[in-house]
Amino acid sequence: MLDYLDNFWSIYSNLVLSLGTASLLALSIYLTLSCGMLAMANAAFMGIGAYTSSILTMNYGWPFPAAIAAGMAAPALVAFIIGKPTLRLSGVYLAMATLAFGEVVRLIIIRAEGLTGGALGLNGIPQLTQWWHVLLAVVLVLAFLARLRRSKIGRAFEAIKEDETAAGLMGIDVNGQKMLAFALGAAIAGLAGVLNAHLTFFIGPQEYGFDRGVEILTMTILGGINSLFGPVIGAFIITLLPELLRSFKDYRAVANGLILVLIVLFMPKGLWNPQWMRKVLGLRKKGVTP
Amino acid sequence: MLEQQLFNALSLGCVYALFALGFTLVFGVLGVVNLSQGAVFMVGAYAALTAITKMSFPLWAAILFAFAFSGLVGVLIDRLVLKPLRARDAPHLIPMIATIGLAIAINSLVQGLFGAENQRFPSEVLPQDSLQIAGVSVTVLELGIILVSFLLMTVLMLTLKKTQLGRALRAIAESPKAARLLGINVDGLFLLTSFVAAGLGGISGVLIGLYSNALFPLMGQPMLHKGIAVIILGGMGDIRGAMLAGLFLGFAEVLSVAYIGSDMRDAVAFGLLFLVLLVRPKGLFGSVQERKV
Repeated sequence: MLDYLDNFWSIYSNLVLSLGTASLLALSIYLTLSCGMLAMANAAFMGIGAYTSSILTMNYGWPFPAAIAAGMAAPALVAFIIGKPTLRLSGVYLAMATLAFGEVVRLIIIRAEGLTGGALGLNGIPQLTQWWHVLLAVVLVLAFLARLRRSKIGRAFEAIKEDETAAGLMGIDVNGQKMLAFALGAAIAGLAGVLNAHLTFFIGPQEYGFDRGVEILTMTILGGINSLFGPVIGAFIITLLPELLRSFKDYRAVANGLILVLIVLFMPKGLWNPQWMRKVLGLRKKGVTP
Repeated sequence: MLEQQLFNALSLGCVYALFALGFTLVFGVLGVVNLSQGAVFMVGAYAALTAITKMSFPLWAAILFAFAFSGLVGVLIDRLVLKPLRARDAPHLIPMIATIGLAIAINSLVQGLFGAENQRFPSEVLPQDSLQIAGVSVTVLELGIILVSFLLMTVLMLTLKKTQLGRALRAIAESPKAARLLGINVDGLFLLTSFVAAGLGGISGVLIGLYSNALFPLMGQPMLHKGIAVIILGGMGDIRGAMLAGLFLGFAEVLSVAYIGSDMRDAVAFGLLFLVLLVRPKGLFGSVQERKV
């Protein structure tokens, strides 16, 4: 049994741990979505965290905890700086400005060759991430977000999401709260970046581009944003689907894409939808639509 | 030298404008950011390639075939995926995710069918001649690209501005509900819009395929990214804005490659977008709306 587990772990440990980092990313965008902002810079923030911490551990021999802290602080700081001009945008415009910012970051990473290895990326990052680091990070972030939801700040986020103008009239500092959500989300994405970089020992600028940004959003929307479990489940699905569909070989991604479409078509509120689950599991009535 | 660059920029910008036109049309009329437009663009290019190599169509017929084929793909996407979501009044992030799934599926389907490696149009179908116009050597191919794009753009603009059909479409863009009450066949026009928009995407795929002579299954992704940048620069849903912004991006890209370096090429669009949005939150040509209380 132990042998079996050992074997399983040696094959799948990377996959299991990437479930953790994917969950962190999904939760990071959940935070901004819960404040009514469609900000898509999380891939870039992940990259900033990954590069900052990797450079610190590789070139300057910083201890891992300090590198984690720096890898969270750097993206939060950047978020604070770009948040000032960008957060006044709304809807699709905010989404695109933040995506565009992500491309700008990617470009800077490619250009700053001396520090970041340019387009070739950074190689030989020490493998400092242990499995329990990832688990602990996910649990802590979940606990933090659960606490936040029930706090005054969480309620302010909710109010801003429902109606920004009304929230402002009730005395909520709309810009300040948005900035807080944006910077916190950036720090969580940075944490995911740090853990991921010190797991895979290689990072490159392509990992943090447009496609990653879209993937992060997909995880969260797919899982549903009405609860904290939604993003985590979405992250699991998006990470596991390609693995589960291995038997489709060349057409694996076709099945992957179609499953995404089907989920969206048939589960409009995301996968984590207690109402729907109750209906399926217990009180199933035919012909009744909610 | 500069004239040469400007001419290249014009032909590239025309294709961007054409692609953005289809993209922004879908957004304007259907209210959906259709992220499968890049995949449809690629499908158009491969459809033309197949028509030429397997069915030995001449080039013009292959372009028409690509238009029809990608148009049909667009119609299928609308009927099977977007229409059910519309019927349910899904929040607009949901169709976006659905079209991401579609793009993944279509891209990898084509990769499975045609292979991941670059494909080329056979050189005998490409016009090889070039002309001298005002000291600039102009290939017939580039000239053709420019003419085809301008022709399509003019037809579309005139249709939207001058015809009953165009007025109906603009009414739908304003409010589908009100348009339906006015007796406009909203579903039919949604279908037509999907067809035309996807067809334009497909044609721009062929044109880029001819321009760069390299077809690969993911060729639509960079185009999609640029298309997004262009329609935002142009003010979402604004047809004229999208065209101008597309041309603008063509010039910005070619000139930045000429004067800054070729590794910047794909970043120009987003760099521009980021800067512009900071100054003008609704895009270069979009009008700023006051927030309503």
